[in-house]
Amino acid sequence: MHQDHELHTRRKGRNFGILGVLFAFVVLIFGLTVVKIQTGTYAEAFDHVVRPELVPSEASE
Amino acid sequence: MTDLSLHAATEDRPAPDEASLRDFWQLLKPRLMSLSVFTALVGMLVAPGGVHPFIGATSILWIAVGAGASGALNMWFDADIDRVMKRTRNRPIPSGRVAPSSALALGLFLAIVSVVMLDLTANWVAAAWLAFTIFFYVVIYSMWLKRTTSWNTVIGGLAGAFPPMIGWAAVTGNTPIEAWLMVGLIFMWTPPHFWALALFVKTDYHAARIPMLTVTHGRAETRRQAWFWSLGLAVISLLASLSSIGGPMTLVVAFVLNGVFLKRAWDMRHRTDPDCEADGHAVERGLFKWSLVYLFAHFAVFVAEAALGPYGGW
Repeated sequence: MHQDHELHTRRKGRNFGILGVLFAFVVLIFGLTVVKIQTGTYAEAFDHVVRPELVPSEASE
Repeated sequence: MTDLSLHAATEDRPAPDEASLRDFWQLLKPRLMSLSVFTALVGMLVAPGGVHPFIGATSILWIAVGAGASGALNMWFDADIDRVMKRTRNRPIPSGRVAPSSALALGLFLAIVSVVMLDLTANWVAAAWLAFTIFFYVVIYSMWLKRTTSWNTVIGGLAGAFPPMIGWAAVTGNTPIEAWLMVGLIFMWTPPHFWALALFVKTDYHAARIPMLTVTHGRAETRRQAWFWSLGLAVISLLASLSSIGGPMTLVVAFVLNGVFLKRAWDMRHRTDPDCEADGHAVERGLFKWSLVYLFAHFAVFVAEAALGPYGGW
């Protein structure tokens, strides 16, 4: 019967560990993106054109 | 040394590049990480306002990773000391399981990742304080103070005190007095906690040439200093209890916690080495154990006060 050398078992454990960490990282970034988009404020940069929503309303003046 | 002994020494241990995942995990000092996670979580929970649970949990993760990075960098730099002391001889680097360069690479990588990701997850204020904490622990404490002054425990403790403020900043983006009071609480707690430990644990700091207070100023002076820091701790605890993170419940709990702490520190102050030998350092052990209860209970009551909402706080 084939039996892995202890060194290979250790390597395998380490490789699977890194795989798990990388996978968790991807899931985390995906989750963060979803949450940030859902909870983030309206993201609109000034692009040198005055849009109605950038002009203060009369009520606020 | 004979050729035979050389072989015996090297065959027992794996080559440094073949470290297991557990060895790398040990490099991150999991116990230090757990304290950071707990206090940062409290800072986050008691801060006004709130964050999305996913953002909060992820921020805590990056704070933990930052603490782990500090641990790895500390172990990399302290490998020469760890090799000398019995308590630390079996750590991943001195035992030869992890190469120093691997520990350095892991520490630097995790430090950068944790700070950048905390900035992206929460805000730059929290990320900046995390970066400062890592810098403080690695450069100011490990590289400088630890080997040069008996103030190492006192000032080094500041690094361990920052996590609740980072947690707070992750929610609010600022660091008001309440956050600093939580920092102050851990800062004042650290010296009596560690000195009580140093008084009953037989360590070989002398052999490693680390200027611990027990070595440089003697055990009597260590007991005296522990008492004064315990008094300072009670003052900070009272101030925190009277601040907006405290309340009647916190005040009552703080009175009990500090009362017992001061009693034990006072008893410890008036003991001699023969007293300690006679009862197996019972009082020193008692103060050390109570210090663990103290920190957990004090931070837990902050959370309880915040959880009570309109019924809690002042």
